[in-house]
Amino acid sequence: MSAVVFLEHDGGELHKAPLGVLARAADLFGSADAVVVGSQATALAAEAGRFGAAVVHVADDPALDPALPAPRVDVLETVVRQGGYDTVLFSNSVLAADVAAGLAARLEAGLNWDLVDLEQRDGELVGKRPALGDSVLVDVGWRGTPRLALFRPGSFDAVETGGVAEVRPVAAALAPHSTRAILVDHRHQPDEGPKLEDAEVIVSGGMGLGAPEHFALAEELASVLGGVVGATRAAVYAGWYPASAQIGQTGKTVSPRLYVALGISGAVQHKVGMQGSKAVVAVNKDPNAPIFEFSDLAVVGDVHVIVPRLVELLRARKGS
Amino acid sequence: MKIAVCVKHVPDSRVRIDAGSKRLDRSGAGELNKFDTNAVEEALRVKERLGEGDVVVVSMGPEGAADTVRAALALGADRGVLVSDPGAIGSDLLATSRVLAKVLEREQPDLILFGQQASDGAGAVLWAAVAERLGVPSVSQATELVVEGGRARVTRQTERGDDVVEAPLPLAVAVSDAINDPRYASLKGVMAAKRKPLETLSLADLGVDAAQAGEAGSKTVVLGIAPPPARSGARRVEEGDAAQAIVDFLAERQLV
Ligand SMILES: Cc1cc2nc3c(=O)[nH]c(=O)nc-3n(C[C@H](O)[C@H](O)[C@H](O)COP(=O)(O)OP(=O)(O)OC[C@H]3O[C@@H](n4cnc5c(N)ncnc54)[C@H](O)[C@@H]3O)c2cc1C
Ligand SMILES: Nc1ncnc2c1ncn2[C@@H]1O[C@H](COP(=O)(O)O)[C@@H](O)[C@H]1O
Repeated sequence: MSAVVFLEHDGGELHKAPLGVLARAADLFGSADAVVVGSQATALAAEAGRFGAAVVHVADDPALDPALPAPRVDVLETVVRQGGYDTVLFSNSVLAADVAAGLAARLEAGLNWDLVDLEQRDGELVGKRPALGDSVLVDVGWRGTPRLALFRPGSFDAVETGGVAEVRPVAAALAPHSTRAILVDHRHQPDEGPKLEDAEVIVSGGMGLGAPEHFALAEELASVLGGVVGATRAAVYAGWYPASAQIGQTGKTVSPRLYVALGISGAVQHKVGMQGSKAVVAVNKDPNAPIFEFSDLAVVGDVHVIVPRLVELLRARKGS
Repeated sequence: MKIAVCVKHVPDSRVRIDAGSKRLDRSGAGELNKFDTNAVEEALRVKERLGEGDVVVVSMGPEGAADTVRAALALGADRGVLVSDPGAIGSDLLATSRVLAKVLEREQPDLILFGQQASDGAGAVLWAAVAERLGVPSVSQATELVVEGGRARVTRQTERGDDVVEAPLPLAVAVSDAINDPRYASLKGVMAAKRKPLETLSLADLGVDAAQAGEAGSKTVVLGIAPPPARSGARRVEEGDAAQAIVDFLAERQLV
């Protein structure tokens, strides 16, 4: 089997989640290739090599810089047809989902999404997809090739192999409808404060904090633990915390050593952004909160009672 | 201005997987996918802002999906098209997008709206496949939509902030649930919906070959279902000094 992985990047850096998919593919198939699109593609190819790509197809063209899906479908179609790939893998994102589905229709290829793992069974590829609020794990397969798959971000760790990739430029003709949509503006908020993606410790707050001013509890706890504050989408939409702190499907994907969830129910859209955390501590007053199903320490109780005392205990411990 | 809104009939909250067919059991009662009410609402607002327009609701689903189409009509859409055919059961992304694209080719809408995801399958990808088949651009996660002079300006939410995308019509847009607060159907709306045109089509009516829809026309398969692996060694604290228990846990894991 021959696999190619779509690598996303911004700010001159490759995203970690698709590099994780690359590592898994290289492990599973013995070798895996990658595609990088945009004017920094050639510069990033070496980094893709260091993370295990054997061949990196680069569509190095400033016209492809705007993060729009359709031109990427054209590039991938060319790569898949010329390279004869039978497997095309993506790490889910707003952009990658649209690219993958567009490519599926273009190539008449099966697409399985929301996978958390991939394995070979009797020469067949089998994907693992959590379903029904993650209460079951479904095995999915493909009929024919190419096979397309979207993975949950954070399903696999990126692995630095120190390899050197062969770089192949791609010249893709763009379909007429691929250039009709244009990006006229983007208002990307600069991340305020330390980067959540790189944080070792994250303390996140949800609606259970009860009021915007109670995010101070999360901030105090984060400060004593040397961490950064995150938030649920509900808290962000309520205006309690900046959008740059949002963790989840439509926010950041994080994998700290410690994730503390305060007053967070644990909706699957939140979970997908933090399930890569090494240890999860959740405080929630509802004993049946879904967050407890993926917590290492499930604390049933009121954040307003527990967190101030926790901060006190941790300060005392530090002081001594 | 013709606006098509793709809506899905989804099983109500007690969704389960049928052990035999390994598919979602769609036999129970169903309802209009909640995220699609945002798409219907946005279609109505575009029409209201322009002062003219025809809003057609498009769905593929079981016979019961007629109620879902009527629910969208009750909100104010003008007419409905439902593709209901035993041959469409088990359609995956490829087959579903193929059938919906056929309906949309017939309708020739200027704007095609989708919800942000189906609450049952949650692929959140269908629009991109439909748009590709139609050869029109698509924009997802829209939090603002302005249609003017044959063009659309869409603000979309991405992981890194907002993008503003412009495109000429026809265009497919998948709206975020943050785009609007959908109205509720009034009693008058519900009554009026009963008299609005609802066309029910078979695959043959659309000229879709049996091999192109349902399981035959799909390229993904469900092989089996298993319980997920449990997170090992989870610990629970329900009483006593919870704060101290957290400190102990952190110390044990060398996190403090
Ligand atoms: C397409 C889509 C994308 C989404 N993307 C994201 C995303 O990126 N990130 C995200 O987070 N969400 C996302 N969501 C929303 C998600 O489904 C949930 O609605 C959201 O995560 C809930 O946030 P919450 O846990 O803060 O609030 P709630 O679900 O309201 O939970 C609050 C919790 O606090 C507990 N609580 C209340 N008071 C206390 C107290 N005093 N002490 C302790 N506990 C208390 C309650 O028991 C409850 O469990 C998305 C949804 C959709 C449909
Ligand atoms: N069977 C269907 N008929 C019509 N529209 C659909 C159907 N399935 C999905 N959709 C539309 O596509 C969107 C995304 O669905 P999905 O990709 O399945 O999560 C939904 O919000 C609907 O707008």
